[in-house]
Amino acid sequence: MQPRALKSRRQFIRDTSLSGLALVLGAYLPGCNTGSAPNIINASGGTLPTSIELMTWISIDRSGKVSILTHRAEMGQGAYTVVPQMIAEELEVDLKAINIVFAPGNQKKYGSQVTGGSSTVRGSYKHLLRIGASAREMLTEAAAKKWNVNQADCYAENGSIIHKPTGKAFTYGDLVADAAKLQPPKEPKLKARSEYRLVGKPLPRKDTPLKTNGAAIFGIDKKIPGMLYAVVERSPRIRGKVKSFDDTQTKTIPGVRHVITVQRTVFDHLQEGVAVVADNLWAAMQGRQLLKVDWDDSGFEHLSSEQLFARMHEDLKKSGLNDRTSGDFERAFQKATTKVEAVYEAPYEAHACMEPLNCIADVKDDSITIWGPIQGPDWVQSDLSQRMGVPLDKVTVNMTFLGGGFGRKAFLDYPHEAAVISKAIKAPVQVVWTREDDMTQGPFRPGAVYACKAGLSKEGRVEAFHTTTATQNMNHENPGVDPHSFNDSTTEGLCKPYFDSFTNYSFADIPTVSPIPVMWWRSVYASTNGFAYESFIDELAHAAGKDPLEFRRQHLDDDRYQALIDQLITLSGWKDRGKNQGWGVAITECFSSIVGEVVKVSRKPDGKIKVDKVIALMDCGWYVNPDIIRQQVEGSIVMALGAATKHDIHFKDGMAVEKNFDTYSMPRIHEIPEIEVHVVDNDERAGGVGEPGLPPLAPALCNAIFDLTNKRIRRLPFNLDEV
Amino acid sequence: MSAKHTIAMGKYTLNINGKNISIEADEKMPLLWVIREIIGLTGTKYGCGIAQCGACTVLLNGNPIRSCSIPASSVAGQPITTIEGLSPDNSHPVQKAWIDEQVPQCGYCQSGQILAAAALLQKHPHPTDDDINMAMQGNLCRCGCYTRIRKAIKTAAASAKPASTLN
Repeated sequence: MQPRALKSRRQFIRDTSLSGLALVLGAYLPGCNTGSAPNIINASGGTLPTSIELMTWISIDRSGKVSILTHRAEMGQGAYTVVPQMIAEELEVDLKAINIVFAPGNQKKYGSQVTGGSSTVRGSYKHLLRIGASAREMLTEAAAKKWNVNQADCYAENGSIIHKPTGKAFTYGDLVADAAKLQPPKEPKLKARSEYRLVGKPLPRKDTPLKTNGAAIFGIDKKIPGMLYAVVERSPRIRGKVKSFDDTQTKTIPGVRHVITVQRTVFDHLQEGVAVVADNLWAAMQGRQLLKVDWDDSGFEHLSSEQLFARMHEDLKKSGLNDRTSGDFERAFQKATTKVEAVYEAPYEAHACMEPLNCIADVKDDSITIWGPIQGPDWVQSDLSQRMGVPLDKVTVNMTFLGGGFGRKAFLDYPHEAAVISKAIKAPVQVVWTREDDMTQGPFRPGAVYACKAGLSKEGRVEAFHTTTATQNMNHENPGVDPHSFNDSTTEGLCKPYFDSFTNYSFADIPTVSPIPVMWWRSVYASTNGFAYESFIDELAHAAGKDPLEFRRQHLDDDRYQALIDQLITLSGWKDRGKNQGWGVAITECFSSIVGEVVKVSRKPDGKIKVDKVIALMDCGWYVNPDIIRQQVEGSIVMALGAATKHDIHFKDGMAVEKNFDTYSMPRIHEIPEIEVHVVDNDERAGGVGEPGLPPLAPALCNAIFDLTNKRIRRLPFNLDEV
Repeated sequence: MSAKHTIAMGKYTLNINGKNISIEADEKMPLLWVIREIIGLTGTKYGCGIAQCGACTVLLNGNPIRSCSIPASSVAGQPITTIEGLSPDNSHPVQKAWIDEQVPQCGYCQSGQILAAAALLQKHPHPTDDDINMAMQGNLCRCGCYTRIRKAIKTAAASAKPASTLN
């Protein structure tokens, strides 16, 4: 990423385009990673800024109207509400009365904007609170100076500063011009959690009314003047190259203007296609249907799913990379009273956002402007700057609402492709992916195979624990990464206190090699690890003859976990359940949050399995909006249910088999169990919300099915009608 | 192949949200793309193009249809309601219930969900769970808002006075 300058503190007063004659408060903090200050701007892997300049987060116009920027993407997870909710708390303004504006991509100004790793709150909450508090103190100081009174006698309330002894007041609009000339406080005083009016409350989402009347503008809805439309005929085999194409018939379609070969960067290789550019989208789509492309499919493997999984199973026999060991697993395993071994398998998946990929690019000689449903506007900005040779400050990346993201829209290929086309045709263009493009091109969530072994003592304690994971390492997709480097997410999803109680353990990782491009999918490695590890723990509990939840309790010697288990027992009525009545549990930890889920299943009169209920308990520590947390966990459960019981991506002869929702069959309303989500109240650090609810569902479900049927499911997806 | 792809321009009138709009377009052009690209109402969404997901749902004579899979020219003159026509100010009982229950996450599928629910409640002012399953299972939601959709439909049903006043 680009170098970051640590500039001296200074003041900012300037017009912005946010709301006409707005004055931007210099709610500006010095680099926050200096000295003993914690690294409070923290985000998903590898791109942490060491110092950050903050300017345009808050603007107040002379009428007192407050605009708050949200620097993260809104893809359903609630950043559009919770970022302003935090700033408004300390700023003492009504969330209902403020404007919310998406910040363009600019890592220097806003820190990491990549909406991934469930990082929006946990990565920047202290920072956002300090921004609100700084602005509040500057407004208070401005008021005190105007009145010539003691600042300590003034306080902020609902967009005004009030002088307590006299009751006189200034609105923020009266003060903003003076306040913006002041130095921001070095250590703004933050409110105690008990004083919060907004944070911690289930406030309605600010984007809801825009999404119930068609007003929300998603990427695919955006139009800019003079914009043309493109669709791209893409190689059905993921790495196919364009040998030649015949566009004779395509060019007979009225409105078709250009037919050109295009490339987009997917990790270390270029994926090719033929773009049909037209005056309108329908003409482009029609023209594409008439295009004849001859693909060069040489130089890469044409794998099937059977070959891929056979390769992973073969890989399990290798010794693997291993940098997480404690004690002597082999010796302890040999000595164990009871030995348990099991192999688990999880499939490749598509993200399948409801809004297919799309992007607008307007490339001029010396600038690039992007509009789109983008999870990482700062990444796109720096990627396009480098690839297209345009200075960073001449690349503007604007976020729209995203119709789902789940990791896919943090990738850089589709903005790159739009920019390549715009540059070639010298006009602004919107590239629209069809559902088939979106589903068949990847990158996919990698499938994974796990070999698990454990040894139990006579008392039923785990004395030896080992897993070998064979899967494509997502990090190895990136150019220049050592293909023999260890996958540091091999234990992601596993509850951390297990490392203390499993005295002898080792985790081996085999990076399976394949030409299928893979990347993050909601909850990343935990989405498959959780299934294997929490199913296996359940198998160990049964081998030890223990209650599955009590078995976990005995191995999770940590107050936070013990409290979670106590609460889960109460909420689910765990102790009142009948024997073999179809109850299962799983607990996973990822993105700094812990989630326990209890699933109840039953057998219907027709013999098929029904998922009756899911009770989820989310411990994400300090939190902003409990109703958004409930939404996220509900959604995670549904997505996990689909991946466990409904859909996966197969490959045949180097191509994805599932191309649309008729074959990639996602859960529908009649298949959804009752879902009950609870949020733990404690004073732990803020954890992630968007992803951690996903990993426990599949193992809890399979554990429940084992409880009911004595059948152990070790391979996903499985059909509930065939258990 | 060539016959299938001949562009035959048609002239017809669509009745969208109570307004008659003259259209001149390829006769095969699906209603979805006419609504979005020619008329410019973008609340109706493209999701799959094969009538599997319901993101493109609009009401034709009050019944939910998948606009991605119907040529616009075939529904000329018949009353069509899009999300923008249900009510632009969120005053329809289903929209109110969607807000009360905080249904949307990403929101992309919600225009279709809301229109399908509005049509359901028109026919069944107090739908059972089975009625809801039947009416709503054509509408996919990848964010998994289904439990709230069910709840919001019940909220809207409970808020409605006798069905005759709904109009």
